[in-house]
Amino acid sequence: MAASTPASTAGSRVADGLRAYVLIAGMWIRAGMTYRASFVVTVVGNLLLSGLDFVGILLMFSQVDSLGGWTLPEVAFLYGLSVTGFGITDLLLGSSEVLGARIRDGSFDTMLVRPVPVLAQVAADQFPLRRFGRIIQGSLVLGWALFAVDVDWTAPKVLLVPVMLVSGAVIFGAIFVAGAAFQFLAQDAAQVQNAFTYGGTTLLQYPPTLFGKDLVRGVTFVLPLAFVNWLPASYVLGRPYPLDLPTWVTFMSPLAAGVCCAVSALVWRAGLRSYRSTGS
Amino acid sequence: MGAGRLYAAVVVGSFRRYATYRVATAAGVFTNTVFGVILVYTYLALWDERPDLGGYDQAQAVTYVWLGQALFAALAIQSGGFEIELMERIRTGAIAIDLYRPADLQLWWLASDLGRMLFQFLGRGVIPFVFGALFFPMALPRDFGTWAAFLVALLLAAVVSFGIRYLAALSVFWLMDGRGVTQALMVTGIFCSGMTLPLNAFPGALGDVVQALPWAAQLQMPADVLMGEADALGAYVFQAVWGVALLAAGRLLQSAATRRVVVQGG
Repeated sequence: MAASTPASTAGSRVADGLRAYVLIAGMWIRAGMTYRASFVVTVVGNLLLSGLDFVGILLMFSQVDSLGGWTLPEVAFLYGLSVTGFGITDLLLGSSEVLGARIRDGSFDTMLVRPVPVLAQVAADQFPLRRFGRIIQGSLVLGWALFAVDVDWTAPKVLLVPVMLVSGAVIFGAIFVAGAAFQFLAQDAAQVQNAFTYGGTTLLQYPPTLFGKDLVRGVTFVLPLAFVNWLPASYVLGRPYPLDLPTWVTFMSPLAAGVCCAVSALVWRAGLRSYRSTGS
Repeated sequence: MGAGRLYAAVVVGSFRRYATYRVATAAGVFTNTVFGVILVYTYLALWDERPDLGGYDQAQAVTYVWLGQALFAALAIQSGGFEIELMERIRTGAIAIDLYRPADLQLWWLASDLGRMLFQFLGRGVIPFVFGALFFPMALPRDFGTWAAFLVALLLAAVVSFGIRYLAALSVFWLMDGRGVTQALMVTGIFCSGMTLPLNAFPGALGDVVQALPWAAQLQMPADVLMGEADALGAYVFQAVWGVALLAAGRLLQSAATRRVVVQGG
């Protein structure tokens, strides 16, 4: 954990990390494929499970025509963006929630002595290919919403859709990494991480107009979840954002994602440095 | 040792075991509170559009949300109670040792799960509920009698919840792997217990069906007893009938399973 690495080797460290990540993930995929029937069952199960949120939304719309002034296709647009972006992150980094268990049972120590970046090992740990179910489900809803929403598609609006997906995944990724770093301190608090990750994606499935001004301010300025979809999607759909923000903020999602990454990288380093083995 | 004292000791032991994980409990309280806040806002918007949906007013809808968060872990609505452990013991063959013990398998696990439920209700349930009552308007009874009636409904809910999960766990004797069943428990638990939407707000025939299923005994019934929406006696009968039926089915499946037990390894 050298505190300062020259720029040239920093690049190669990232490449090393990615290579290690792919190798470890590949190993877990092969392991998971051993029981093929069980694998298929869990993918389908995950698809169903993650679809439950949307069934809940459909149930609500079976009783009303709009929620907070937003129609079903508009809410589905929010939902699809939030779930697909989150799904990508959950697939790539979601394993970091087992870090707490690894710290407790001491097996995290073996990760520290391997000549592979720790973050790559933590992120690829027990790589769960079954989580593809969520991405499939989210993109299905998003695909339907893109056709169903009443939008005059302009170039910036079209462009914003992939931008939202990528920056959304990165913002969620930063939360996952910061959450994993928090496990160094708390050791037994994966649930706190869930509140921000799963809680965050649930929050973003609903229109911002539903929530109190303070909550909206909090997820816009403090924990910038609003940049995943609320802000850019409000622009795409031509809906006013509950806070009076200039239009250009809509396009700031990549910037917000970059800032999140930088912060979580610092938090991760601090967490790792403060780690003391359970040593019994 | 008398049988009663044995199972009481199991309840206490299980309670203590869960009480050890203090940080995890605090983390769970935090998560349930966050989800409660999100759900409350969506329900308020929904009841804004459709006042009186499902026969609830806004305060009742809010109460329902916080009750759901309070019971989520205790009733293992999304699974996550004793059944995970029992499935693992069946899969590894450790169940053979349990069957040799001079204690009844079903009663043993019921006692163990009751201890867990009691702790998670007190440790993880009460605080989010109090938080909800402090920050959102709720429809809570003022008389002691209704609260007492509610607690009885909770106990019956616990038995029904156990009954469902015991059946699911025993299925591993045939399936050998519990992951599929656990996922089925999650889906049915969240959907049919009314964690997404109160069952009385489900549309049409779907609403009638889910309200007749055993999952309705877990969250919907206690909520309606607490808010005076259901006659307590009627709720008890519904819960007790499902509870007895599920426990009896569990016994039946248990004897069928133990007759075909083959211990692995050795």
